[in-house]
Amino acid sequence: MSEPLLRIRDLTVDYATDRPVRAVDGVSLDIHPGEIVGLAGESGCGKSTLAYTITRLLQAPAEISGGSIEWRREDGGTTDILGLGGRELRAFRWQEISMVFQGAMNALNPVHRIGPQIEDVFLDHRAGLNKAERRERAAELLRTVGIPVDRLRSYPHELSGGMRQRVMIAMALALRPRLIIMDEPTTALDVVVQRNILEEIDRLRSEFGFAVLFITHDLGLLLEISDRVGVMLSGRLVEENTPHALLDGAGHDYTRHLLSSFPSLRGDTPITGTRYVDRGPATPREEARA
Amino acid sequence: MSFTQQELADPDLSGSEPDAGPPRTGFFRATGRATGRRRTSRGWKFWVGLAVCVFFAVVAIVAPFLVPNPNQSSPVGLQPPSAAHWFGTTNIGQDVFGQVVAGTSGSVVIGVVAGAITVVLSMIFGVGGAFLGGFWDNASSLVSNVFLVIPGLPLLIIVTDYVESRDIVVIAVVIALVSWAGAARVLRAQTLSVRSRDYVDAARVASESNWRIMLREILPNLMPIIASQFVFGALGAILAEAGLSFLGLGAPGGKSWGSILFFAQNAQAITLGAWWWFVPPGLCIAILGAALGLINFSIDERINPRLRTAAIAKRSRSSRPKGAAA
Amino acid sequence: MTTLDARHLSKNYQIRGTGLRGATLRAVDDVSLLVRPGESVALVGESGSGKSTIAKMLIRLVEPTAGDVTLDGEHIGTGRRATKAYRKRVQMVFQDPFSSLNPSLPIRHQLARPLRIHGIVRTRAEEERELHRLLDSVNLGPAAEILAKYPHELSGGQRQRIAIARALAPRPEVLIADEPVSMLDVSIRLEILQLLDDLKRERNLAVLYITHDLATARHFSTQIVVMRHGRVVERGPSSAVILDPIHPYTQLLVRAAPDPHSEPFVIDPDRHHASPDVLVSEADPGPADGRHWARAWADDAAVTELLAGV
Repeated sequence: MSEPLLRIRDLTVDYATDRPVRAVDGVSLDIHPGEIVGLAGESGCGKSTLAYTITRLLQAPAEISGGSIEWRREDGGTTDILGLGGRELRAFRWQEISMVFQGAMNALNPVHRIGPQIEDVFLDHRAGLNKAERRERAAELLRTVGIPVDRLRSYPHELSGGMRQRVMIAMALALRPRLIIMDEPTTALDVVVQRNILEEIDRLRSEFGFAVLFITHDLGLLLEISDRVGVMLSGRLVEENTPHALLDGAGHDYTRHLLSSFPSLRGDTPITGTRYVDRGPATPREEARA
Repeated sequence: MSFTQQELADPDLSGSEPDAGPPRTGFFRATGRATGRRRTSRGWKFWVGLAVCVFFAVVAIVAPFLVPNPNQSSPVGLQPPSAAHWFGTTNIGQDVFGQVVAGTSGSVVIGVVAGAITVVLSMIFGVGGAFLGGFWDNASSLVSNVFLVIPGLPLLIIVTDYVESRDIVVIAVVIALVSWAGAARVLRAQTLSVRSRDYVDAARVASESNWRIMLREILPNLMPIIASQFVFGALGAILAEAGLSFLGLGAPGGKSWGSILFFAQNAQAITLGAWWWFVPPGLCIAILGAALGLINFSIDERINPRLRTAAIAKRSRSSRPKGAAA
Repeated sequence: MTTLDARHLSKNYQIRGTGLRGATLRAVDDVSLLVRPGESVALVGESGSGKSTIAKMLIRLVEPTAGDVTLDGEHIGTGRRATKAYRKRVQMVFQDPFSSLNPSLPIRHQLARPLRIHGIVRTRAEEERELHRLLDSVNLGPAAEILAKYPHELSGGQRQRIAIARALAPRPEVLIADEPVSMLDVSIRLEILQLLDDLKRERNLAVLYITHDLATARHFSTQIVVMRHGRVVERGPSSAVILDPIHPYTQLLVRAAPDPHSEPFVIDPDRHHASPDVLVSEADPGPADGRHWARAWADDAAVTELLAGV
């Protein structure tokens, strides 16, 4: 396998509240160019915190207490993401790694048309494009994600949920990043629209070659679209493997429990309604890796 | 009874789609849990504000005993502060300190009475109208909108002129009548929001009577806003009264801080440099106003947990260096 | 035990269009449902399909524009008393465990009220016993501890159990579960659905399970009714509708649902030709005998568009 694009090692993030909470607990993960890595877990497992840490969007009281995140540049060298600051960070963000947020409906400003909001990306990150060029790029982006170009003049509320999501994806693609992090991008969408968006993402990935970190609680979904899947519980990455291996027989108890929560639609997998109790970090043998 | 967790989980506030739900990550849970029980320990704003208000209230109550004769004149006029007269004297030799203390009762009474009337009226027209809906909602809205549109100060001046009595309580009533409408609109909006929540529907499905739903389901969840409106009303009334008195339209007899300012202005205290005459009452108005404001801020923080986390953010940013790689 | 029979329910809303022209939104358009005791019927649809409006009509939070609902063949009047009697027999579990319980009241109060209102208990002692029994039936304990808590002190799953207990308090015969688990963490959804299933069997309840999740609809219900834009487009026995979907929209739903255990589903608009037992017609024959039926779509431009997008 080629060199990893993103290398996370022993990352630890705490929330410095009255009673401190360890949101991410010693997570190590690699993402290779062009692959889709899925990250599954339930509310409070730390997956969103992890996403925000990679893009350095964390806000106090969140603190990075340890670990490293390394990014492999196109010239072969590595960048220490956690050490970036100021202008370097701004240049890095969106050009190398971009993000599609949870609740994209609310990430779009309701009082501005779509066109200017997409053009904003070019204004912020790439000086030197005049107005006409920006407009052309924005139109090109919309075409890429399958939205009629005349929608540049629409307001967010005039678009359907699925369309807004595509706009968010278009914005994330704008500067041709090599990694796009998607945090529950389809959770609030109808299942039919969700399937369309996923197919769109796959097509775009084939066309542009970016890698995707896809974060969701829907493990069933991840098993269908990902090259590799990681499972998080209480801040720890308890399992990481290919979908095939996980379906064959997952290593960790929690993964098995999570898998059994998704009854097969057309198969005959029986239902079990058992309860899972998190007993903390297991012995190294139990937390199996690929 | 903690509103923090409810509001944290409230889709209305977090602004996300109902299906996606509010982000129930460890972050929000941590803040909610951490502050749920011990919310008052971090509520310095509330305690400071309350302490100041209580202080002034106590002074207002004991004023008649403390200074039985605030208007007593003496031969020594316009004296700067001294041991005998802590805040100096007015132009006719009255003890400014005594005046200020006596004036406290006037201002505090104004605040309390006006605040109470504002709350009662806004609840009738705001909460009542929104809860009953339909015709009653439209009628109440109409009434509040009319009162909202009427310019406050001119109406105040006209009414106080018309009403012969210049009693402090009457002034308070008039101020409240002019200013209740804003509170009514806020309460109406909040009631409509609460009324559409699932637990009100659940109460209806459980066949609760309308009255019980109003009292047990809706009102308790409106309490923070109502408390806030009371504080706003009191604050506004104190300032309005100060303004009125300064214009010479307030209760005669110097029974409030505003009237002290009036007399000071009349006697050209500023040009004469007699700062000790107008600074104390002005400062008292400002301090009591600020205290009421602090209480309102703390209520706001209670209602909107995001403001609280912003405070945490600011604190930790200042006390710790920015987190970088280990 | 009671059969819920809803016939030709419709709900129209007047929406203010541009200018003075108003438009009528048909949120629910001629929908009929039949739920028998001990049976679970799944009402499946996406957002905007009208399934929540149906729930509200069945629980009388919203008045139908047309159609009627009978319990065991008898009409229930619309007065206050009649509605109260109706709600003793038909109850609902709400979707959102975080907002269906009043945050400022303890659990004890929220469970005791329905008991008192419907006269299930009359004395303090009876109330206490019944409360314990209710908590027991939803597997929550220890009772004394739970009763004293406020909603925010319980987890999402616990709150939903309380919501179920509250619905069961008046001893209803029909239970409407409106997306009862979609706001819960994934790993506890099956537990709650299993609980509802057990309760249905123990008490011989007629359950209407409203959801957008096909997989749980198939596994927990015997009948599936598929709704789109306020109309029923397909109905029939669960396995038939899932394994042999006829209407293109149903086929789309089946294809779109994540199912890593199975081969990808292939859409075939002519599937019904291979299944002679399936009725395809414009008129909805209703739930009468549980036959597999799909609404004809030949001249439905919207469906054609849907299919084209595949």
